[in-house]
Amino acid sequence: MNELLERLQRHFDVNNINVLKPGMTTLKIGKDSAEILIRELRDREGYTHLNFITCIDYIEDGIFTLVYMLHNYDSKHTLGVHVDIDREGEEMTSIHTLWAQAWTYQRELREMYGINFPGSPRLDEDFCLEGWDQIPPMRREFDTRAFSEERFGHREGRHSEVPRVHMKMELYPKRGGDEE
Amino acid sequence: MTLSTGHSAALDFAQPEPPDLSSGKYVKLWQGPQHPGITGNMSLELVLDGDTIVSCKTHVGYLHRGFEKLMERRTFIQNFTVVCRIAVPEPTFNEYLYSHAVEEISGIEVPERAIWLRTMNLEMMRLASFLMWIGGQSGAFGQYTVPNWTLAYRDYVLDLFEEMTGARIYHMYIVPGGVRAGLPDGFEERARKIMKGAEKLLDQIERVMFNNVVFKARSKGLGIITPDMVDPYGIVGPNARACGLARDIRKDEPYLAYDRLDFETISGNEPDAYGRAYLRLQETRQSINLIRQCLDHAPTDGPFQADMPNVLHWKVPAGETYVKAECTRGEYGYYMVTDGSEFVRRVHVRGPSYTHAIAVMERLAVGTNIADIAGLMVSLHTYPPEIER
Repeated sequence: MNELLERLQRHFDVNNINVLKPGMTTLKIGKDSAEILIRELRDREGYTHLNFITCIDYIEDGIFTLVYMLHNYDSKHTLGVHVDIDREGEEMTSIHTLWAQAWTYQRELREMYGINFPGSPRLDEDFCLEGWDQIPPMRREFDTRAFSEERFGHREGRHSEVPRVHMKMELYPKRGGDEE
Repeated sequence: MTLSTGHSAALDFAQPEPPDLSSGKYVKLWQGPQHPGITGNMSLELVLDGDTIVSCKTHVGYLHRGFEKLMERRTFIQNFTVVCRIAVPEPTFNEYLYSHAVEEISGIEVPERAIWLRTMNLEMMRLASFLMWIGGQSGAFGQYTVPNWTLAYRDYVLDLFEEMTGARIYHMYIVPGGVRAGLPDGFEERARKIMKGAEKLLDQIERVMFNNVVFKARSKGLGIITPDMVDPYGIVGPNARACGLARDIRKDEPYLAYDRLDFETISGNEPDAYGRAYLRLQETRQSINLIRQCLDHAPTDGPFQADMPNVLHWKVPAGETYVKAECTRGEYGYYMVTDGSEFVRRVHVRGPSYTHAIAVMERLAVGTNIADIAGLMVSLHTYPPEIER
């Protein structure tokens, strides 16, 4: 594993190498080199399996972290490639030519976070949402509760609890929900 | 009836040109979302030339409930009511992986007894899910006897779940730190009786279904997955093993008590719907064997839950992990990122159906007869909620 990381560090500007547990490491790379690194890992280093692509929204830092999780069946090692991109109007190089399922992930990320992957097939087709006219719903600033209240309104006879408050009241009824 | 289908070793991922519907040569037909031959709430947009499919597009979204978003706004314990609903026939894998991710990030050690009970619980889930699947596969080719048998017998397995966990479908039995309870009195005896009956049932199914000339004729040669498609398409589980690849996370990267169980990875050499079905039948038998081994070895006393604080005061430190397990359809995984707050920062659920039902299905459907599309879908064993978040 160390040899692989040394090789990668020689050829790419990888940083934040983090061994999460035996058999799993994550690293960070700039967005311009990410596609080349992922291709290299697939073609030369045996990381032939794409577990998934996903995104983490760090709204406080103004970035999205894209996570490409790759697996090597021979060495039984999983490598997470992290790529930071700006939250607003950012694009990322598409990897739909590397794995057949990659375009589906990219289509989902487009719909749920608004990230653009130029050239990725069927990118603007609806994935899970039909006729969505709000901001992409997985972004942290999208308030599900406010959306529900605005879209569906209040209905007479319908009562809902805040689950955390309700749980405390259930567990500590005599103290008015105070568990201390 | 056209029997064979699929592209052989086609690794060109380019999207095919859509057929010219204005030519009058083609008919567009929707299979689903309300259709008995569809695996859950999803739909296929099919374009037909006669009764042969020339184009297929998978549409999902009918089950989108925003699971991943919901989890970011609820405390760690509250998420249990969400995770088990992500795969209705197999909620236990979600419970285990979610719990395991929390445990890994928090550094919680699970007691030995809980490890064995979790293993048994997962294998019971595999058995129940495969029984449901065998019925679906048989029904998709017009044999309605087998579904009646298997769905009825699945209920006996659900009885065991009810005894063990208090619930039939959404058990929420596996929780961070261990499991919620030990086994009730007399459980082992009843479980062994049900396992014996299940074996007998599988023998009958093999005779009735796998030797049936109609089932053979319709499933052999349908939906061929070649070994060189496996990695480029992200194919996992029985769909990959049926074409000869001996990959099983339980064996390759053992978790829970699998390294102490005696079993071998089953792989086949018939990468079509028939081969996949037969492999799953063998894996169902293997699952019964593993449940028996768990009953033999599981400690009957000792703690089944690590010392945990009040659920309202769980402190999960900042961290990141990806945990995975072999569910009935292959690699099922949870990617979790925490930031030290009382809420999870991000959970991503990796389900095998994500690629099996979209990229793989859209490829294999082309050239298939419309009558066989339901059988093909079931043979890929897909669950839409995994795709839809």
